[in-house]
Amino acid sequence: MKFAVIVFPGSNCDVDMLHAVKDELGAEAEYVWHDESNLDRFDGILLPGGFSYGDYLRTGAIAQFSNVMDEVKKAAEAGKPVLGVCNGFQILLETGLLPGAMRRNKSLKFICKPETLQVVNAETMFSSAYEQGEEITIPIAHGEGNYYCDEDTLKQLEEEKRIIFRYKNNPNGSISDIAGILNEKGNVLGMMPHPERAVSDLLGSADGLKLFQSIVKSWRENHVLSS
Amino acid sequence: MSYLHEPTAEQIQEKKLYREMGLNDDEFELVQSIIGRLPNWTETGLFSVMWSEHCSYKNSKPVLRKFPVEGERVLQGPGEGAGVVDIGDGQAVVFKIESHNHPSAIEPYQGAATGVGGIIRDIFSMGARPVALLNSLRFGELTSSRVKYLFEEVVAGIAGYGNCIGIPTVGGEVQFDASYDGNPLVNAMCVGLIDHKDIQKGQAKGAGNSVMYVGARTGRDGIHGATFASEELTEASEEKRPAVQVGDPFMEKLLLEACLELIQNCDALVGIQDMGAAGLTSSSAEMASKAGMGIEMNLDLVPQRELHMTAYEMMLSESQERMLIVMEKGREQEAVEIFEKWGLEAVVVGKVIEEKQLRLLHHGEVVAEVPVDALAEEAPVYNKPSKEPAYFSQFQNEEAFVPNVENKKETLLQLLSQPTIASKSWVFDQYDYMVRTNTVVPPGSDAAVIRIRETDKALAMTTDCNSRYLYLDPETGGKIAVAEAARNLVCSGAEPLAITDCLNYGNPEKPEIFWQLEKSVDGMSDACRTLNTPVIGGNVSLYNETNGVAVYPTPVIGMVGLVHHLDHITTQYFKAPGDLIYVIGDTRPEFGGSELQKMQLGKISGKAPELSLETETKRQKQLLEAIQTGLVESAHDVAEGGLSVALAESMMNGAAGASVEVKGDTVSALYSETQSRFLVSVKPENAKAFEAMNEDAKQIGFVTDTAVLRIDHETEGEVLAATHEELHSAWKGAIPCLLTSKA
Repeated sequence: MKFAVIVFPGSNCDVDMLHAVKDELGAEAEYVWHDESNLDRFDGILLPGGFSYGDYLRTGAIAQFSNVMDEVKKAAEAGKPVLGVCNGFQILLETGLLPGAMRRNKSLKFICKPETLQVVNAETMFSSAYEQGEEITIPIAHGEGNYYCDEDTLKQLEEEKRIIFRYKNNPNGSISDIAGILNEKGNVLGMMPHPERAVSDLLGSADGLKLFQSIVKSWRENHVLSS
Repeated sequence: MSYLHEPTAEQIQEKKLYREMGLNDDEFELVQSIIGRLPNWTETGLFSVMWSEHCSYKNSKPVLRKFPVEGERVLQGPGEGAGVVDIGDGQAVVFKIESHNHPSAIEPYQGAATGVGGIIRDIFSMGARPVALLNSLRFGELTSSRVKYLFEEVVAGIAGYGNCIGIPTVGGEVQFDASYDGNPLVNAMCVGLIDHKDIQKGQAKGAGNSVMYVGARTGRDGIHGATFASEELTEASEEKRPAVQVGDPFMEKLLLEACLELIQNCDALVGIQDMGAAGLTSSSAEMASKAGMGIEMNLDLVPQRELHMTAYEMMLSESQERMLIVMEKGREQEAVEIFEKWGLEAVVVGKVIEEKQLRLLHHGEVVAEVPVDALAEEAPVYNKPSKEPAYFSQFQNEEAFVPNVENKKETLLQLLSQPTIASKSWVFDQYDYMVRTNTVVPPGSDAAVIRIRETDKALAMTTDCNSRYLYLDPETGGKIAVAEAARNLVCSGAEPLAITDCLNYGNPEKPEIFWQLEKSVDGMSDACRTLNTPVIGGNVSLYNETNGVAVYPTPVIGMVGLVHHLDHITTQYFKAPGDLIYVIGDTRPEFGGSELQKMQLGKISGKAPELSLETETKRQKQLLEAIQTGLVESAHDVAEGGLSVALAESMMNGAAGASVEVKGDTVSALYSETQSRFLVSVKPENAKAFEAMNEDAKQIGFVTDTAVLRIDHETEGEVLAATHEELHSAWKGAIPCLLTSKA
């Protein structure tokens, strides 16, 4: 399985994402510059964190117009796994691949620290390696991670089990303690916490590794079935 | 606004207009004799900014020469953008600290942000990948609304820049004292990694080679910033807000990636230098001077953000996120293409010339022509008069302060909630300290530790300076500052390599202030020599005074150490019940400049604690060897607040408790700040080997499984017992509490 790590001007967790996938997970991955116009050679798409286009206008607002985002949409439609972390999540919201919007943290300050998350749905292609209800430690690092959506959307997200991670101690004011959500088809995940920062005990937690392992497991199952 | 009608050369002389730019009468005469005529407005500007203390070190040079700058690992000492130290395997570490005090005093967010931006450029202009940021901050007491505003905005500015550019802010320190009330100190340090083959120099070699301008456009911001940094702050300083630059970390991220791509992939690059203080003037004059060449620039070609800029404005602007590079003639396009990919401009603005002149053309005319060496090298050097201040002998002869402590536990809790000791997580939680995923030891332990990918090594780094000791006794205080930085690294499992320093003092024209500078540099130099940590670069910030009152002498030490194997990495936290707790070093009743004295009296006086560099070196070597042998579970230096605070800090992660017994005078045992002491925990099976290796170590107790700190006295019984909960809440809650309480 081969991953694309999309690099926008201002991305800064691209290095971490590539290392997590290549060195810790042991899968193939390469950087893809934001003006690339073909992602066919990749099986999974990773949108890393950072400050694409300096967060000017709104977080993720300018990155949605990059050439590569049309390709990311195509990949999502084709059912390939698409993971947006932090700024990647913000870009997915701006692109419309996921519902809702991001506001500034309730404290109005940037927050960087490990957070305890609960795995609310362990039956997705991103979470199957976790136990249902398992508590995991994944760091957050953002100034705008206060997720918001209207009541109907929230109801729909809950009914369709599309909330896959919740904060145990909500750090940013997100509605319904949401830390990560899926699209309807279940192949696009946006989350504020950084699983790529939790892939080694040396750095404090390896709880994020299972997320990447889940993606590979699901791909292998489908790949073996279809081939 | 622009200077459409610039004063003539005659007017500048007659009306002594050069004085407004910071040149004195003698210096102006010297300029005339160097160029053989009266300087015009632009030329007067060039000299004034290059001869400012900030750029020329004219007042501090004689003192700086005392620092030991050489060592077997030093690849680049002071003189380039940053110093470089070999760490083996063809790699080196590059680091430097720099001040941004004055800008931060009047525009704290941008002042701090651009301080971070500037120091990052110093690192990547050497060709290094920046891997960590630290900062050393000093503010007045957290009681006035002004100080709270400065503190909050400085932290936000550092976070805003570092987080966006994606370099982890992993450590540093924050201290509070009334002497910094109107003049906060904001010192930013950046650490980078480089392969030896990529080390760059800021040199403009080869006549005919092209001088290129890359990065953001030039505007009218920051004009005369370096001059402003070289005078005292007064009430009128608010008017100098336009001298503060505005930072754009996104632009700098692009510039960083583009420059590193150029350095690593293009052999046509001849030299590269940051346009920092004094912008285009210093970068061009210094690059030419270092290469023994000159530069001719056509200012019409400089990318400009505003209309109708004059030569004077362009040369003195300190707009951020710009670099000057020299490329081999004919291969300029290679740079253009790399910068285009990152959406940046790279424009040829001039060429290297044989004559050692800086020649500037604007609108078809030569608007300035002056010798580059005169600007970069030949600023007058002053040997300032030095005089021991009256307070010093008073303090030396004062009867030693003996604190009276009724309630030991209450006193410990109060010490833990002093802002200087209290948890700084309110600060660190706003910094992305993990990006690049190499941070093994995050902010809060003795030193931060960053692993070096694809090796078994790591870098430990810290900034330190207890300016109270320096105020009481600059020479001893200077030694302590260096020794404590090294102590922090040793406790983390690292071999100290070298230091960068940021010398923050008051007005050096006052003999008492100059004496502080001189004495403390003597002390630091001694310590650097004995500990084998040469000075590889740094920065001087003088004139840190508000309305005539100077800050404490504050030479901040930024030190980097090498962890030879990842399993040497050690933190201050107690690990497992049953581990034996040791203190290395005896305790004397030393309370001059101590946290307890400050807390009880509201001021400090007396003698600074003594320091023997021989003892210090011996204990550091022995402890490091024990750590490297795998005998040590936790290590922490005993600093502000003494042993009781060190014990509490070692159990702040809530993993374990401690039960210890002290001897002799209880108050000294608990709170004295005697130097060269370490608090260490060791597994029982390693006790013998550890003791054999550390001759000054004495066992005082053991780690317990209940999260309680219990201190007994050998004859008097229980001294105090405090739960983790009590200790932690006093320590953790103090700063947020001060910030939300009404001034």
